[in-house]
Amino acid sequence: MSATTEQPAAPKRTRVPKSKLPPWTEKALVPVVLILAALLPFFFDAGDTFIQTCTEALAYTVMALGLNIVVGFAGLLDLGYVAFFAIGAYTAGYLGSGFFSNVGGGEGWHLLVGEPTSNLPGIHVNFLLIIVAAIIAAAIAGVIIGLPTLRLRGDYIAIVTLAFGEIIGRIAIQGDEIKIGGQPLTAGRQGITPVDKIDLPFLDPFGLLNLRPWYWFALGMVGFVLFVNFRLRDSRLGRAWVALREDEIAAVAMGVPAVKTKLLAYGAGAALGGIAGAFLGSFLNTVNASQFEFFFSILVLAMIILGGLGSIWGVVLGAIALSFINRWLIPDVLNDVPSQIGLDFDATQITFSIYGFLLVMMMLLRPQGLLPEKRHKLELAEDVETTDATLYSARA
Amino acid sequence: MEAASISAGPPVSQRIRAFIGTYGLVVVLLILPVVYAIQDLSNDGNLVRLGENINAGLSNGAIWALVAIGYTLVYGIVELINFAHGEVFMIGSFVSAGFFMTIGLSPETSAFVLFFGLLLTLLIAMTASGMLNAMIERVAYRPLRNAPKLAPLITAVGFSFILQNVGLLWKGGTQTGIPDLINAQHTLFTIFGVTIQNGDLLSIGVTIPVLIVATTFISRSRLGKAMRATAQDPDAARLMGINVDTTISLTFLIGGMLAGAAGLIYALYQTTIWYFQGFTGGLIAFTAAVMGGIGNLRGAVLGGLIIGCIQQISDNRIGSAWTPAVVFSYLVLIMVFKPSGLLGEQTRDAG
Repeated sequence: MSATTEQPAAPKRTRVPKSKLPPWTEKALVPVVLILAALLPFFFDAGDTFIQTCTEALAYTVMALGLNIVVGFAGLLDLGYVAFFAIGAYTAGYLGSGFFSNVGGGEGWHLLVGEPTSNLPGIHVNFLLIIVAAIIAAAIAGVIIGLPTLRLRGDYIAIVTLAFGEIIGRIAIQGDEIKIGGQPLTAGRQGITPVDKIDLPFLDPFGLLNLRPWYWFALGMVGFVLFVNFRLRDSRLGRAWVALREDEIAAVAMGVPAVKTKLLAYGAGAALGGIAGAFLGSFLNTVNASQFEFFFSILVLAMIILGGLGSIWGVVLGAIALSFINRWLIPDVLNDVPSQIGLDFDATQITFSIYGFLLVMMMLLRPQGLLPEKRHKLELAEDVETTDATLYSARA
Repeated sequence: MEAASISAGPPVSQRIRAFIGTYGLVVVLLILPVVYAIQDLSNDGNLVRLGENINAGLSNGAIWALVAIGYTLVYGIVELINFAHGEVFMIGSFVSAGFFMTIGLSPETSAFVLFFGLLLTLLIAMTASGMLNAMIERVAYRPLRNAPKLAPLITAVGFSFILQNVGLLWKGGTQTGIPDLINAQHTLFTIFGVTIQNGDLLSIGVTIPVLIVATTFISRSRLGKAMRATAQDPDAARLMGINVDTTISLTFLIGGMLAGAAGLIYALYQTTIWYFQGFTGGLIAFTAAVMGGIGNLRGAVLGGLIIGCIQQISDNRIGSAWTPAVVFSYLVLIMVFKPSGLLGEQTRDAG
């Protein structure tokens, strides 16, 4: 069953990866990085596309950190993460747009929204409440998706989550044909647009000309999610996830409630995906069914694998790197290269190939990721004798 | 009184659970056909429409069975969902379409030339797909044999993307029509009102011999025995003098060849090909493999045929846009009711 069989040769006691930094560094890094990142928009125009790319990268970071809980901490391979993006985005679309134009006799329902939107038809709810709704909806969906996978082994979990992701994507695309009381379920490929802008209390509503508030809001989300991730990882629940990931039978024998723990992982991961989905729905100003494809799940998964499964800072790095490759490197930088060397095609045509190539190369050259988690690194280092000392050093 | 209650056997809840465990999947699978059989009988008074669905389903299912065997063989031997397998099938379609158009086969070609031309195309497609699959194994999976289980899965997805892109650049992003060489829609004969078309005959006529050869090879030949031994326990197989690396390559080669054959049949049967057929087809075929019990060859064939029927019924009655959702719902239901599949899985973990 286990691929890493012990070597009968004499154990080499060296090669235990040791970090020079004290363990609290990674948490102390959070405020430093956040403050530095918060200063970034001042170096660019308020409407610069770079800020837009950065904001999207931050939203992807939230998603990657969410998926990291499921895949990295709990070791449940989820290939249908796009489902939670869709659910979050549709929550934003349903509760903050003119999509349900007939409610309230054409007047619309409004809950704690400011001046411009409070006169529009459709349902309009304050964005903070939308986020809460997105968290609840996505977490429930996560638990529902998690239920059938409880009895299954690794690869089967992957395929069931993939199936759920595809089913939800299908429903999103075909939902304009399903009419409940004359109201279509989704707007299909046309998309629900426009979606309400974020409108926080005591602040002006966010606009599309000034992207800085969006950026700071996204940064705030990342800060919150980082906090959640660190706290969860070091909690009793986090240790239970790792125990289940490493050896389910042993963990259950030690009294870890497998069902509850796994479902909490699915729920927590899904909730973070829902937050990011709601934000992206509002930021991109559309909830479009063609966004919710399998490719997206793989993109987020690739982020956490590139960064290093289970390693929080690694995942942040991977998410930012891949979203920049996706949004900036391929369309802006590499696009001109083929024509410069005399080839007649756009680099955007081979986006998939570039991605595929990156995934393959990454796995072949550095399967542990850019900033691997210590415990994962320990697994990969062969000939390491497991002693109390190595176990303790792997904890942090 | 007491004795009577003891002899009544296990409590009802347990008996229900046992019933669901044994027959739940069968009941779930029968829902669609039975519902539509009743509907047909009440509307038309006969089962012709359902019969036509099942006929087309079996022909399609034969294709999925060929692809599913590739999944099941590979999963049995290296415990990896070969995500790129669907794309290998797609490349098989593209290669065969490209080849028979290059050598000038057309619907007007005489039957004799057509037969040998297609036979040659079949060989070419099988060789190309088989080599491609073996190459992917060599480049992307073998270096990661001792890496964590996620790593080869990710490279598989990476190769799947690369091959999809190859298909996209080759034939463009839309469905491409290809010459209808075998006159696929032509009615051959009719049984009980169900028309059997040329395409159905081709699909069954190619699939069955290929399946017989492949299963005989795996169950009888020395190399097939090596494959099964490696699937059971690679370390012990190596101790017995089996070259595990070669055997794994061979498995990928055979799986790829079957996918290539499936690619040719698909192209002739559907008369349209496109770059995305591999992704959807691959997932359908994987569902088939899981349904039959992964690692189990007969299970993959059975699963393929069943999935083909489900797919056709759904295409015809619910709408083809919903078919992926229907197939995936079935996948989830299988996982709920019987994760080990209809005929039981044959993998290292299963035992």
